[in-house]
Amino acid sequence: MTATEETAIPGPSAEPQATARVTHLDVTHRVRGQDRLALRDVSFEIGRNESYGLVGESGSGKSTVALALTRYLPRNGRVSGGSIRIAGRDPLALNAADLRELRAHSVSMVYQEPGKALNPSIRVGRQVAEVYEIAGLSRADALDHAEEMLRKVQISDPGLVMQRYPHELSGGMAQRAVIAMALAAEPALLILDEPTTALDATVEAEVLELITGLRAELDTSLLFISHNLAVIAKMCDRVGVLYAGELIEEGPAREVFEQPRHPYTMGLLRCIPRQGQRKDHGRLDAIPGFLPPPGQEITGCIFAPRCPIAEQRCREAAPPAIDTGPARISRCYLHEAVPDLPRNTPVDVQLSAPPKDAEPVIAVRNLAKTFTSGGQAVPALTGVNLDIERGETLGIVGESGSGKTTLARLLLGLITPDAGSAIELDGQQLSPDLRRRSQAQLKALQIVFQNPDSALNRRHTVRRLISRPLAKLAGLSGSALTERLTDLVRSVRMEPRHLPLRPRQLSGGLKQRVAIARAFGGGPRIVVCDEPTSALDVSVQAAILNLLADLQAKEQVTYLFISHDLGLVRYLSDRIVVLYLGRVLELGPAERVFGGPHHPYTEALLSAVPSLDGQRTERIRLTGEIPSPANPPSGCVFHTRCPRRLPTGICESTEPPLAEVEPGHLMSCHIPIDQLATLQGNERMS
Amino acid sequence: MTGSVAIPAVAVASDAERRELPVWRLLLRRPTFVVGGLLLLFWIVCALFGSAIAPHDPLAQQLLATNQAPSSAHWFGTDQLGRDVLSRVVVGAQTILIIAPLATAVGAVLGTALGLVLGYRGGVVDLVAGRIVEAVLALPAILVIFLFVVALGVSTITQILTIGFIFTPLIARTVRSAVQVESQLDYLPAARLVGDRSARIMFVEILPNVLPTVLVEFTVRLGYAIFAVATLAFLGFGVQLSTPNWGTDINANYVLLSAGYWWETLFPALAIASLIIAINLVADAIEQVLAG
Repeated sequence: MTATEETAIPGPSAEPQATARVTHLDVTHRVRGQDRLALRDVSFEIGRNESYGLVGESGSGKSTVALALTRYLPRNGRVSGGSIRIAGRDPLALNAADLRELRAHSVSMVYQEPGKALNPSIRVGRQVAEVYEIAGLSRADALDHAEEMLRKVQISDPGLVMQRYPHELSGGMAQRAVIAMALAAEPALLILDEPTTALDATVEAEVLELITGLRAELDTSLLFISHNLAVIAKMCDRVGVLYAGELIEEGPAREVFEQPRHPYTMGLLRCIPRQGQRKDHGRLDAIPGFLPPPGQEITGCIFAPRCPIAEQRCREAAPPAIDTGPARISRCYLHEAVPDLPRNTPVDVQLSAPPKDAEPVIAVRNLAKTFTSGGQAVPALTGVNLDIERGETLGIVGESGSGKTTLARLLLGLITPDAGSAIELDGQQLSPDLRRRSQAQLKALQIVFQNPDSALNRRHTVRRLISRPLAKLAGLSGSALTERLTDLVRSVRMEPRHLPLRPRQLSGGLKQRVAIARAFGGGPRIVVCDEPTSALDVSVQAAILNLLADLQAKEQVTYLFISHDLGLVRYLSDRIVVLYLGRVLELGPAERVFGGPHHPYTEALLSAVPSLDGQRTERIRLTGEIPSPANPPSGCVFHTRCPRRLPTGICESTEPPLAEVEPGHLMSCHIPIDQLATLQGNERMS
Repeated sequence: MTGSVAIPAVAVASDAERRELPVWRLLLRRPTFVVGGLLLLFWIVCALFGSAIAPHDPLAQQLLATNQAPSSAHWFGTDQLGRDVLSRVVVGAQTILIIAPLATAVGAVLGTALGLVLGYRGGVVDLVAGRIVEAVLALPAILVIFLFVVALGVSTITQILTIGFIFTPLIARTVRSAVQVESQLDYLPAARLVGDRSARIMFVEILPNVLPTVLVEFTVRLGYAIFAVATLAFLGFGVQLSTPNWGTDINANYVLLSAGYWWETLFPALAIASLIIAINLVADAIEQVLAG
């Protein structure tokens, strides 16, 4: 019976056959004896060779869609309504053998963490070849095919890589191997669930380009799942926006992002600093409130509680999927009002310019840190000199392994620098040992960590967490402490009723607010923000950035803002330092560093970032991997990957000094700045 | 100027707080915990009010009614001195339920402290102490306990301390790995940046987070402790108290098994088994609840 079905479907039919069709899909999770609807009434179609994007915040049900499609829902999950068809078959109705067949040949999946998708104890070659063996090839043939496939995903020396174990591959390389495995079966549908989220921007750009290239070559439809709007905009033909398990808007990707027809899509887009927006230009527009908790019964539109234009009817009956144009759908009664959506957050902000002091708050001289790993010296930071001024925000950018976090931890005194390094606070030498720093020095430097789940002791209450620096650093007690605590809690826009709660009872955004309140508790002069929003959703991120900007204006603190998201760094920073292999390659005012002419590495970082604004800049591409810091390249450390390397050979032989190329703008490059300007300026024109 | 800002607090603070069930409610949902807990409760009641519950005086000898099979007068029969086995089993819970928990507590306190220091300090201290711990672990625990008790003399204190000391490295090892996991988290550098010293970080910051591990370890070890105490008594090194003792009773009566007097051995043995099973059920449930 299945045989006839199989022969019937793939044949040429009158209508173009959709590769995947999801109709009125409901998915229910049973949690503690109660059914919670994780997806409600989700319908979409992925045409042959089409790339369909699903975008949404965490908890929106993106991954649940992928799991339902492949029938990999967890034990407590089930499809409670609607239907799914992939390559003409219904995965929900298949028996075990047919389901296995479907997963082997029709649908493949690539996950976020390549390291977890590969078996650590099997060589890469065997893992890829296995897919061919399942398809019925002999072992030798399978290995040949695997090698060819690895070459297709642009692994330069597939023979060598096949002999390696997964842990010996870099993240980008491992993700290529996973993609090779997924494509080996020539699936009709390839599901990519946040495939580049765990990768550096430069590597992400390469992987995305690879996927685009392979799409043209292979006859495969894509379901691309991501929280990153810009990535979806770059990769997808059509896009569906998920919110709390409902597909609230759908349409051609570019149209949806340029003219959103749902207040949520509009809100998401406004949360992201774009087109060089900066903190002194105005606040980001955050979406108030939170996703409804899973399983909550909602009458009316699910977004109504957070919607600035919700009307009575929105709260009474859920809007149907409304046609808003050719191939466009929005679940909003008021879709016509969306372009003029009022802001949730007032724009007006007057940030007083930081007072210019003659003396920097903190000065770093010849700062270096060498770790030892397996008996080998691994320099993480080499000869860094920096002056950081009062009230300014210094953005630190660079790929992972560039030394961003090491620099921050050295300043804080959490790790001790190499001999010969000096850190001065107000002209006073800071002891590298935290225990030898004075109370005032301890007070001066604080940090907001990346992940509040890790940074907040989960057994302590919010009251205890925030009170600690007040008591210990500010020396408060009794009613003075209580008063300051209440002030502080309010200044991070929380309420006293949050005080007795423990971190796990709070949402991610609230947790990060607690962490910020703690950092400000002692009255710090310098706050290190180490990727403070990367663990948060886009809509929450905007509110946190606004908060950081407000606190800075109020308290006159200096920020060291570390982020891999160049848009955020640009939004918040006054000056930027670009690190590569533990060295400063460029340092200067944000406008100059981002606007150019800039260091070729900065240029490469910037062009790796997918843009939402549709301006397709001709990227200069970084090739190759970041060299091992244990064995840095000779001459300019960047020369191995530099697309603008000089033919004279000077880049290979001599390390360029970090020299002032224009007032306040330092760069470490052999190419004269006016020549860089011409090179880069020409490209910006085209 | 910046006072009237951004998002109104109300909007931010809508119902984000998640409700969660307290641990004990989650435990009560587990059948293993309920069964184990009830059984354990039964023995605790016996230990506390044994003499009030027991139908007969457990020490009263009836030399005219020795080795009586179970009957309506003596549900569990009588032993070779004519003492009521049921009463001896009921009252016998006392000795074991005093020594075993105290011994385990000694081990848990010392083991947790040692584990905290080793896991937090790391380095050479950890390396050296770790090897010593492994060496101790390589010895069969019951033999070591036996040797100590023989050497130091039989007393409640010796038993408690010996078993406690033997448990110390075992518990320390488990706590140490839990502490190492915690040491990766950022709340420790956050505490250091406030100027907290190591002792405070270990006992105020880390300890509460490893307590669940300690609790699981305590319940698991408690089962072993009961087994150890009973074994010592069986081998004739039980604490010589006036109250009956399950292990001693088995020792005194098992030779009579061949004569067909099974009840005198079986019921104390069942008592030991049921107590250990009860504790293991509870330990399992606690472990699962805390893990999930």
